Amino acid sequence: MADYPQSLQAKLIRFGIYAVLVLMALWYLAPLYVMLSTSFKTLDEIRAGNLLSLPGTFSLDAWSAAWSSACTGVECGGMKRYFANSLTMMIPAVLISTLVGAFNGYILSMWRFKGSDMFFMALLIGTFLPFQVVILPMAQVLGWLELENSTGRLVLVHVIYGLQFTTLFFRNYYVTVPGELVKAARIDGAGFFRIFFKILLPISVPTIMVCLIWQTTQIWNDYLFGVVFSSGEGQPMTVALNNLVNTSTGVKQYNVDMAAAIIAALPTLLVYMVGGKYFVRGLTAGAVKG
Amino acid sequence: MTASRQGAPGFSISRLADVILPKLVLAPTVLACLVGFYVFIGWTAWLSFTESRLLPRYEWAGFVQYVELFGNERWWGAMQNLGIFGGLFILVSMALGLLMAVLLDQKIRFEGAIRTLYLYPMALSFIVTGTAWKWILNPGLGLEKMAHDWGFTGVTFDWIINPDFAIYTVVIAGVWQSSGFVMALFLAGLRGVDDSIIKAAQMDGASLPTIYTRIIIPSLRPVFLSAFMILAHIAVKSFDLVMALTGGGPGFATDLPSIFMYQHGFTRGQLGLGAASAMMMLFTACAVVMPLLYSELRRERRG
Repeated sequence: MADYPQSLQAKLIRFGIYAVLVLMALWYLAPLYVMLSTSFKTLDEIRAGNLLSLPGTFSLDAWSAAWSSACTGVECGGMKRYFANSLTMMIPAVLISTLVGAFNGYILSMWRFKGSDMFFMALLIGTFLPFQVVILPMAQVLGWLELENSTGRLVLVHVIYGLQFTTLFFRNYYVTVPGELVKAARIDGAGFFRIFFKILLPISVPTIMVCLIWQTTQIWNDYLFGVVFSSGEGQPMTVALNNLVNTSTGVKQYNVDMAAAIIAALPTLLVYMVGGKYFVRGLTAGAVKG
Repeated sequence: MTASRQGAPGFSISRLADVILPKLVLAPTVLACLVGFYVFIGWTAWLSFTESRLLPRYEWAGFVQYVELFGNERWWGAMQNLGIFGGLFILVSMALGLLMAVLLDQKIRFEGAIRTLYLYPMALSFIVTGTAWKWILNPGLGLEKMAHDWGFTGVTFDWIINPDFAIYTVVIAGVWQSSGFVMALFLAGLRGVDDSIIKAAQMDGASLPTIYTRIIIPSLRPVFLSAFMILAHIAVKSFDLVMALTGGGPGFATDLPSIFMYQHGFTRGQLGLGAASAMMMLFTACAVVMPLLYSELRRERRG
């Protein structure tokens, strides 16, 4: 396109394109900027200034309040407990669902048996279901299991409803791996587990990354399961944040709300910055191939 | 599928293990999937045909809950809101996403950085997005005040507390979160378009806009379909965004089926009604997604 000398019109068009792109970038960035600047302001500054004004003195009071003393309802211990809840729930749930998904994908591609393709379809359909249609029975079953611990309940639920995605990621990758690789290994006497750990797992690093990142963001960001299956001090971060923001007692502390929101956003933002490439791949693979 | 078929000369424990192990390892997932999805859907369906209130009861009661649901004004309000929100959310996200993808496809400098910026909201929880936009749209201290500070003192921007406009604030926040993702989908699609077709069209003297509207964009049909399905899916199950942004209010102005379901099923002791509304959500999701999925599967088989 740029092989011939650019006319004035072409230059204008080019300028227009960049202008639109920059405007769009600002629109995506603005809420983050507003959250950050608000979190460093005092309440007086918030009332005196406006959304875009910079904080006069970078005050960290809102951050420390959000972390350790903000009130959600009657409890006033800040977000730290809930942040820890989300972490202790997320880590085992992500690891278990990824490992099981890897095995499932391996079986559904390399060890197919009668009915396995049908099962894969049944699993895929699950990716389209609104979870509202399963949460009532799930609540009942968790009650029967007498699983009182909120974190334990959420790990179980997140593993069950994450498997469809993790299985999909690995299955779709393993079907692209030549079957001869596995056949040769079998002739050499390698068994089910040996082939998986020695041959397939070492070449699965990108898929493992996609899967870990997808599950981390899904589970950390979940609200529905959190609000339905956990209670009180066992609630995850998202639920606590919503409680904090929508607590109607006392003076509304917008700076604390924003600091808490950023704390809730930090882990997944970090994951996005470190593994953005895999994040995008997961989004498109998980969603498109469904 | 018995072990005896493998019981030729090379029969051994390890060969037997190769037959049994895959099924054994897959079994927990099969169980989780069958129970977690299919048994539970049946269970919810069953509950929707009972008079369960605070506690589940399992005596058949016919269609009472559905009769009550269809006579419930709040439910229809929620469905209408879903229509407005879903329609606009999908339309605007797709339009913005396509526009950004086409612009980004013009050999843009810093494309990677710009893409990263457009997509980061997708990594956030809808609760965080809702919290941020709730603050930005705050009528006393948010955008309205900013406009006043800048001298536009006549401006009122109180959509978030205005029952007639609150639903559009949900659209704004939803689009902010998801449009970058649609951009990524379209951009991936654009990069997959065969260059030789475009070159040939250029040789024939077609202008760039014509090439886009006549050749490139129509060839993105599958991307449109998947973007539509994903966005529709997000819309139908949207819950957290509204809970954080407006809590369904003011009044029931931004109520959605998911909120209706949650409140009746879990906080108001109306299990049966909650189950019936959950079933209606399932049908809505199926009605939107299945025809598209079906047509796509058929195309794939033929192609």
